[in-house]
Amino acid sequence: MILRNYLPPLASGLLFGAGLALGGMTDPARIRGFLDIFGAWDPTLAFVMGGAVLVMAVAWRFVPRMTKPIFAQAFALPERSDLTPQLVSGATLFGIGWGLAGLCPGPGFAILAIAPLQAVVFLASLMAGMALHRVMFKG
Amino acid sequence: MLPGFPDAAPVDGLAGGVLIGLAGALLLLGAGRIVGVSGIASRAVGLSSEGMSKRSAWLFLIGLPLGAAIVATLKGGLNPEFVSLPLLAVAGVLVGFGARLGSGCTSGHGVCGVSRLSQRSIVATLTFMASGIATVALLGAIG
Repeated sequence: MILRNYLPPLASGLLFGAGLALGGMTDPARIRGFLDIFGAWDPTLAFVMGGAVLVMAVAWRFVPRMTKPIFAQAFALPERSDLTPQLVSGATLFGIGWGLAGLCPGPGFAILAIAPLQAVVFLASLMAGMALHRVMFKG
Repeated sequence: MLPGFPDAAPVDGLAGGVLIGLAGALLLLGAGRIVGVSGIASRAVGLSSEGMSKRSAWLFLIGLPLGAAIVATLKGGLNPEFVSLPLLAVAGVLVGFGARLGSGCTSGHGVCGVSRLSQRSIVATLTFMASGIATVALLGAIG
């Protein structure tokens, strides 16, 4: 029971962190290099995202054929399709931070093992930003 | 490796992407959930009550640095280049706030949503890529 519940998230996190490091996504210079399309553009991130999207596109094809996930009782997936000002403004702010630091949440956690000081500073402010959103919008 | 782009690492990039895709597939088909790191992080610290159990969220987050550490060890170390700590702190607030307001980040929207052809995720991904490109271009113009 414990294995059924807890092996998928742990194994998924391990694979995800390994993929980020292998793909160079634990190096902010690579991420900023990808966003630097007017300078010395580094397309590596496009290969990372492309590989991940390809595998996930195959995985999505299995979902309608399954009555339930392998280790859980039911699928719990986002179903919204509405385009809102919050979506666009949130993504805009996210992109500004992403460009400034060359980090997003996944790499932020992954670098805990590689550059703990930078990781802790980034993650603490990440949590502060999330808490600020909660205070402003969820009362 | 890639003609015209001496610094690019297309093979490692693609292999890393496939691992990330497998991580997403495992959580999707195994647990019935999206791999969205910002959502999982907010769940872990109690800023959100949606999604997987708190314990599952922590296990996923613990896996991230462990997986990265294994690759770093196998590759004989990685040499990341960071911006200054104050800039990291400012960026972290923007990334955290923006990911919550925009309902996702690079993993949830960029990988899971785009691969599902979700309209919201495609718009979010194009938007954060555009603002990220604009930010780096502005920084380059300033200094």
